[in-house]
Amino acid sequence: MAKHTLIAYVEDVPGVLNRIASLFRRRNFNIDSLTVGRTEQPGVSRLTVVVDASEAGARIVEANLYKLVNVLRVDDLTHKPSLMRELGLVKVKVTPQTRSEVLQLTEVFRARVVDVDEATLVIEVTGTPEKIGKFELVMQPYGIVEIVRTGSVAMARGHELLSAAPPLVRTKESAEAQHHDAGVSMSV
Amino acid sequence: MKLTGAEIIWECLLKESVDVVFGYPGGAILPTYDAMTKYPKIHHVLVRHEQGATHMADGYARASGKVGVAIATSGPGATNMVTGIATAMMDSSPIVCITGQVGSRAIGTDAFQETDVTGVTLPVTKHNYLVTKPGDIARAIREAFYIAKSGRPGPVLVDITKDAQQMTAEFDWEGAAPRLPGYRPSYHAPASEFARAAELINSAKRPLILAGQGILKSGTTGDVLKLAQTAGIPITTTLLGIGAIPASSEFNLGMMGMHGEAWVNQAIQQADLLIALGMRFDDRVTGNLKTYALNAKKIHVDIDPSEINKNVPVDLALIGDLREVLAVIQPQVQKAEHTEWWTNIREMRGDSAVRDIQSLPDSGHLYAAHVINDLWRLTQKRDTIVVTDVGQHQMWEAQYYRHEKPRSLITSGGLGTMGFALPAAIGAKFACPDKDVWVVCGDGGFQMTSCELATAEQEGIKVNVAIINNSFLGMVRQWQEFFYDKRYAATPMTGPDFVKLAEAYRLTGLRCNKRGDVKGTVDQTLAQKGTVVIDFVVEKEDTVFPMVPAGADLDKMIRRPKQDVMLETGSDKDWEMPAAPVAVAGNGHTKSAPKPAKKQPARPAAKAAKPARR
Repeated sequence: MAKHTLIAYVEDVPGVLNRIASLFRRRNFNIDSLTVGRTEQPGVSRLTVVVDASEAGARIVEANLYKLVNVLRVDDLTHKPSLMRELGLVKVKVTPQTRSEVLQLTEVFRARVVDVDEATLVIEVTGTPEKIGKFELVMQPYGIVEIVRTGSVAMARGHELLSAAPPLVRTKESAEAQHHDAGVSMSV
Repeated sequence: MKLTGAEIIWECLLKESVDVVFGYPGGAILPTYDAMTKYPKIHHVLVRHEQGATHMADGYARASGKVGVAIATSGPGATNMVTGIATAMMDSSPIVCITGQVGSRAIGTDAFQETDVTGVTLPVTKHNYLVTKPGDIARAIREAFYIAKSGRPGPVLVDITKDAQQMTAEFDWEGAAPRLPGYRPSYHAPASEFARAAELINSAKRPLILAGQGILKSGTTGDVLKLAQTAGIPITTTLLGIGAIPASSEFNLGMMGMHGEAWVNQAIQQADLLIALGMRFDDRVTGNLKTYALNAKKIHVDIDPSEINKNVPVDLALIGDLREVLAVIQPQVQKAEHTEWWTNIREMRGDSAVRDIQSLPDSGHLYAAHVINDLWRLTQKRDTIVVTDVGQHQMWEAQYYRHEKPRSLITSGGLGTMGFALPAAIGAKFACPDKDVWVVCGDGGFQMTSCELATAEQEGIKVNVAIINNSFLGMVRQWQEFFYDKRYAATPMTGPDFVKLAEAYRLTGLRCNKRGDVKGTVDQTLAQKGTVVIDFVVEKEDTVFPMVPAGADLDKMIRRPKQDVMLETGSDKDWEMPAAPVAVAGNGHTKSAPKPAKKQPARPAAKAAKPARR
């Protein structure tokens, strides 16, 4: 089992998020995080889903996503050079004695303070989910009041366009031999 | 042309060539029912329970290959449909369900008879729609039909608010063409995969075709037989694949799986190549996955990519329409006979081919297996569709009724829905009015939907209902016998006097409790004009053999313990009889005498090692 990052482009219609969430629950797939947002195309939303699955399991997730009528395209970024970012807001207790220490650590994490009062700081931190986890760990001794995380968003590096090919379900051998979208064409 | 939403619904159904709908009116669907009177071309069948409407649509779809349509009102009407929708989903049956919904402004207010029907049916439909504007109805219904029947078929639900049915809009059928950018009904596997598949088939020594319902859906019986003939490959079917390959075909070994033939399951375990065509490796077919067909490479042909590697990891997947796949692969397959493999299978068959029916004890009782085997003998010359319910009788039917034609068996396989048979049979009769439609069901399942007898009576149609009455929930009792120390919790069951029940519905009721009376009873049933209910009072504690316990290895089958066996009369010798082309004979249901052996088709390859059949 490993983390797989899937990008799904979906039609922006009522209930589509419900369909996707329901699919994951129904098929017993383990969601680590799920984020949705608009895209550059009107009427199209983009989902980033991180699932805990084996390679074969990830292919089945992909195939099941494609079965949803409102899903336009699915791409697995797991084995592609890609960027992954998450944003967290962390509210930490501070005293006059600890405030500068916390500010220093914030600096180290290239995070920034977005709210200050006499007893707390709210710090905005962005980065990989691991980095945010680490920041949380480091802040813990000072006393975390609350924390909120957006979940991961991801994007492939470079100028190569994402393929519009349908899923190819890999078999034992072809998983090694073949690239994701070799030679499969779509018929409607 | 401006029409009300309700009228648009019927116009769409006309455009989709719908000739019959199964439904039940209610508040939120009333505008649609009111408009129905303007559309006499579409026959409406008033059901007695909305579950029945969905099963009828399902039976209609499975018998005809067309889309079945069911209509219900909001709330309870729609929730009553859920079982039927889930049944259609599991067995990939194309149905469209239209439900009324409360007015769009009342949605979310817990209005009278309001249920979130699209939410409730989301996991059991291929797709569903909530329509709140009359202008959106045409596209939703057109897309629903397209989605239901294309690719891997399945149920689609369209929930339409009452105000959308009442308000008017322009009816523009052309403008309502499906716009489904994300929908991919089918795929084409790359040529390289076909070459590899052909190579696997050509180099196999012990190949075996696993034939599923996909063959019926794609109408490829002939193509599959051609492949089998060319490469000398034996075929075994799933429960839903029965009828896809004629039972009399020399290549058809019989059904696989939990209650399949022992030699078939042994052959699966010994095969070096499994070619799975339109089947999905259900747990009832594989038994223990850890020990399933370990010697075999596996080629999986399916139209649904999400079925590949779901249960059984395969070596090669060909995703696409079976017809296209077989057309590409056939020319690449070399001629082969596999004499050794066939001899081997025949030996296994000879070893274990004492069909369970011949080991029944002679206790003077009527046995379900005999009833069904006799029913087959008596109806085989007629064009017959058998619709079975779920349980022991379903397995006996699969074992002892020999289906020659595609779509001649309709049964709830995936979901295992008790109560399916009678309504599905009514639907099948509407699809095929010229065929005999038989219901084979248990006394338990029959009582779940027996209210639909009234539907059959009101419609004046003839379905022949054979209740295999053992006063038990037999299959559950069988599990209790094997796995729960014979503690028969809640399985002994009484029922009404089925003969009187039939008569109460103004139908004919017959009872039969002796083997000698089966023929007379069936003759009498066929001679009757209307629906007949037969109460076959059978041995109470009979068991379906052979059986693979759930999760056990496929070839570890429980067989009937040796006891004083009842010697069969000569008539049983013809169970391996080659089917003469099934002619629709008026009344040709005579007990057939044993066929001379020379009429049997030549086995592929060696004719020498003909097994002793018993």
